[in-house]
Amino acid sequence: MRGTFIKTLVEIAEYDPRILLLTGDLGYMAVEPFAEKFKQRFFNVGVAEQNLIGLATGLAESGFIPFVYSIVPFAVLRPYEFIRNGPILQQLPIRIVGTGGGFEYGVNGASHYGLEDVGVLRIQPGITVIAPADYEQARTSLLVSWNLPGPVYYRLGKDDQTIVPGLSGQFEIGRVQHISNGTDLLMITMGSITSEAVKAVEALAKQGVSCALIVVASMNPAPNTDLIKVLSSFRIVLTVEAHYFVGGLGSLVSEVIAENSLPCRLVRCAVKTTPTGITGSQDYMLRLNSLKSEQLTAIALKEMQ
Amino acid sequence: MNIAKPLTINPFEIRRIIIEQSMRAHVGHIGSALSIADIIAVLYGSVLQIPNPDNPDRDRFILSKGHAALALYAALFLKGWLSEAELNTYCADGSLLGVHPECALKGIDFCSGSLGQGLPIGTGAALAAKLQRSLRRVYVLVSDAECNEGSLWEAVMFAAHHRLSNLVTVVDLNGQQALGYTNQVLDLSPLVQRWQAFGWDVHEVDGHNVEEMKKMITDLDTLSGLPHVLIARTVFGKGVSYMENQIKWHYWPMSEDEYRQAIEEINMA
Repeated sequence: MRGTFIKTLVEIAEYDPRILLLTGDLGYMAVEPFAEKFKQRFFNVGVAEQNLIGLATGLAESGFIPFVYSIVPFAVLRPYEFIRNGPILQQLPIRIVGTGGGFEYGVNGASHYGLEDVGVLRIQPGITVIAPADYEQARTSLLVSWNLPGPVYYRLGKDDQTIVPGLSGQFEIGRVQHISNGTDLLMITMGSITSEAVKAVEALAKQGVSCALIVVASMNPAPNTDLIKVLSSFRIVLTVEAHYFVGGLGSLVSEVIAENSLPCRLVRCAVKTTPTGITGSQDYMLRLNSLKSEQLTAIALKEMQ
Repeated sequence: MNIAKPLTINPFEIRRIIIEQSMRAHVGHIGSALSIADIIAVLYGSVLQIPNPDNPDRDRFILSKGHAALALYAALFLKGWLSEAELNTYCADGSLLGVHPECALKGIDFCSGSLGQGLPIGTGAALAAKLQRSLRRVYVLVSDAECNEGSLWEAVMFAAHHRLSNLVTVVDLNGQQALGYTNQVLDLSPLVQRWQAFGWDVHEVDGHNVEEMKKMITDLDTLSGLPHVLIARTVFGKGVSYMENQIKWHYWPMSEDEYRQAIEEINMA
């Protein structure tokens, strides 16, 4: 996603000189296309994420649209109060680009995981939060959001190969995207883990279970109207996310169910506990948290009983 | 700016407003505001080039030590950008004039109140001016205790590396912070050498000598070279004898008797 995102940003920057790219000394093999093409509009500010957001705040007030790039926890958690007091409270067009939502940084360990970013940002009313499911959706979501008046957070993955079949890059702020229809249960996903959900839905179909699948990439503003409509047709719903249980997609869906008295049962498939120090690949960490496709299939079948 | 011209803002007027409004609203942070009255008078009475607060090419000012906002509100009032009726809402329900500045208020460029955020933002604003080839300058007023914040030094390094000569920082060196004296809480010395070591053009100045400050700022080369910092030696609570250098006047509001004495001393100065 990040490669496609930066290439798309280059396209936008070619006709809008307000676009700048700032990095906190991260983005090797990702930010180069922009850095090489727009040498005067690219700044490696060093390992200083608070200053990264502060600089962007000052730049945005003067009329620029600064994109700031880092790995999810360094882009969001380290400078969180700067994000709140700067672009959010002052409604400035800063774009925070966090790479590596969930366990994408695998063996790098807990310090590099992004497990609470969506939660801590979507509680702030004044920021758009976008978590694309694949690189095509990363591109379209950037194309429709880069010029918004307020701040935007993009939670990106590193995978520039995998696509979610049926998504075709669709994205609309405040809406869900339908991947497949079904009648027995509903699966809702956020982010690159959608590809695991797709495989789970296919496996369920082979076992005679008709599972609908929708993607929520616009986490803030939340697609409440769409969710109410689709949730009303199902008795069982599974949310799937590489994020902690609290604050992310599962929390959003539970809010919609509770506030609208919808008669469906929610099963949240998410990260249960703080990482224990055990390391491994993204696949290993997803499996450890019962988030691989075969585990999602098993959870769905159990809930259907 | 024309150095021969007297300041259009009298620092004693700022002090009088600080005392009157603090009493009316029954709030503290009086000593911190009095500490910067002369610096604010120099900036708003001479230095800042602001045709009007909506002009995009105006100089920017960030009061990073936001808790002293009353001194800034006084300047906005004296400039005519804030009405007396608005000033009299200070700390009232529904007012835009809280203890810390909000950018929703005309004349406030950036919200502040969380220490350590003003200089990173000001550095971004200075970079923006350079990128836009504008001659506008950015002034950031920080407290000395704010130099405890690591984020301030992140910005200090960036500004020096990028030679942001259009950035002028003023450190209000009053030697006090919320719970004690800075040399007892977290020693800042040698502050001048620290800024110099980080690559800034450093000047020491009496933060209550308006002519000296005005001349010093006027003489800065803001077109090329290094970013500038004025280490302004000030007296916390300056102008009210019983507040000067007293820790309790960081938070304490005045009683009626204390108010009468304060206003008498301000008027007699």
